[in-house]
Amino acid sequence: MSARTKFTLLACLAVLCAAPLYLSPYHMTLLLPAIAYSIILLGFNLLFGYTGLLSFGHALFVAIGAYTVAILTSRLGIKNMEIIFLCAIAASVVIAVPVGLICVRHVRIFFGMLTLAFGMLFHSILFKFYELSGGDSGIPVVRPFLFGQDLSGMDKTSFLVGPFFYYSIIILILLGTLMWRIVNSPMGMHFRAIRDNPRKAEYLGIQVHRFRLIAFVISAIYAAIGGALLVVPVGLADPELAYWTHSGNIVFMTILGGFNNFFGPIVGAFAFIGLKDQLVGLTQYWRFALGVVLVLLVLLLPNGIMGLLQARKRTVSQEKVQ
Amino acid sequence: MTAFIDIILSGVFHAAVLFLLAGGLQLVFGVQKIVNLACGAFYALGAYFGITLVSLAIKFGMPAYGLIFVLIIAGLLMGLIGPIVERLLRLVYDREEGFQLLLTFAIMLLLEDLIRMIWGATPMTLGNLSMAYGQLNFASTSIPTYKLLVIGASIILALGLGWILQKTNFGRIVRATAENRRMSEAMGVNVVWINVAIFTMGTILGTIGGALVVPTAAASLEVISEVVVEAFAVVVIGGLGSMRGALVGALIVGILRAFAVSIYAEIDLLLIYLIVIGILIFKPAGLFGKAVES
Repeated sequence: MSARTKFTLLACLAVLCAAPLYLSPYHMTLLLPAIAYSIILLGFNLLFGYTGLLSFGHALFVAIGAYTVAILTSRLGIKNMEIIFLCAIAASVVIAVPVGLICVRHVRIFFGMLTLAFGMLFHSILFKFYELSGGDSGIPVVRPFLFGQDLSGMDKTSFLVGPFFYYSIIILILLGTLMWRIVNSPMGMHFRAIRDNPRKAEYLGIQVHRFRLIAFVISAIYAAIGGALLVVPVGLADPELAYWTHSGNIVFMTILGGFNNFFGPIVGAFAFIGLKDQLVGLTQYWRFALGVVLVLLVLLLPNGIMGLLQARKRTVSQEKVQ
Repeated sequence: MTAFIDIILSGVFHAAVLFLLAGGLQLVFGVQKIVNLACGAFYALGAYFGITLVSLAIKFGMPAYGLIFVLIIAGLLMGLIGPIVERLLRLVYDREEGFQLLLTFAIMLLLEDLIRMIWGATPMTLGNLSMAYGQLNFASTSIPTYKLLVIGASIILALGLGWILQKTNFGRIVRATAENRRMSEAMGVNVVWINVAIFTMGTILGTIGGALVVPTAAASLEVISEVVVEAFAVVVIGGLGSMRGALVGALIVGILRAFAVSIYAEIDLLLIYLIVIGILIFKPAGLFGKAVES
């Protein structure tokens, strides 16, 4: 990481941490899903950007994280967020390993369709089996303990913009650092080699299926943790979280930020939440506007916001040389 | 026995509509190699426009038995959106599949809100206009004639499509283009025009499917993303790009769903996804698809 990137990153973090000083509580509550989606997308991009597998069913694992919080807090009375995370990780691994074993044998459109089918399978289980999942009304999420602290005495807004906000940031920093280590490790090189040329990677002794599976499971864990953080402010886990259009939005956000860049997914999450909030306020036809943005992205800006920033930086430095 | 015939009939009716939708998907995948996530929006457009055109036709004194013809005309007219969407998709024919999928996802979002702008967000129905066709009494059960007419229309469309693709010059060119686009281009085929024609045909199948089903089910915005998944299931079971696969897949999905709903409603869609996953695991190319490289 260059000194300049480090500086930008620290500056962004400082701006984010100081957000309660200059943002209204309403805008603060928008940052919470943005942070949760950042975590989900970091994992998703390991699969899509680094390993070259486009999943159209990633919302499945978001829903697993969400339902883990909901079931543990409101049905079993387990409220420690750290224990919930461990359970979410365990649940996502238990599901991701068999699903991944099947999916990673396929690439391209078939991988996308298989993951979509699994996502919808899970959605219909959540939707139909009322006793298990609360059916279409979902399961409520009770406020969890953070670091063992019972914060149920606080009112909702000050809990969300105070302790929970900083708690989410800590999780994001931890998981972001871990992901940085993963993609810059030899294993990260394996993923990229598999993406660029699976056959050659195999000749070089990389076990392609095994590493695709590893990427799949890691991305599932990130999605589950992000999903757990996502539903605490909402207070409800419902089957829509597993619906395939939600998976489509996850892909959308990643492309918006830029899948060729480590920080692209995080930028994408914040940009998408902000953009959607603005559009919803402006017009009831915000889906149309989002569709237009997506068309333009695909046609003109396939490398997303980060791609645009980098292209500009490159032209600036070229001008300096001249 | 009566219940059995009822289930089979509603299954075949469902299959007839699904075949149209999935057939459109197959046609486009066969030639353009794009899996069109916006096909559900075409279906909904056909349904909504069908309602509008039928209410208009009634105002101009349409006799009750004209319903199915008006609906087919509505489907054909709505198919005119095909060339416009194709113009947009043309820009990504050479791009990665992920971007193609995303572009059709974007088109779905656009069309969904277009429908919301024109027809509003509340579901619409045609009432019980289809009862004008009466019922057919058959082996101690009565069958709405309209459903039989739709099944018949779907069979005629399937046969017509098969004839076009297998017997006509145009069909031979289309199949050659699907097989090897560059070669047929080198042979002087106007591939641009073939793409427009095929995509429009695919769109029309979807819009007619939506229009024909609307007398029996409400047109709503939820339908858009729901039918996509079902059409997906059909093409995966049948094999991507195969018309025969679409037919068999539609029958499997339609009839199984009908049985599931009547026996144990909870497993309705679950059963379909399980079959899809089973097919993808053991026969990834589907029942009639060509083998694919992994």
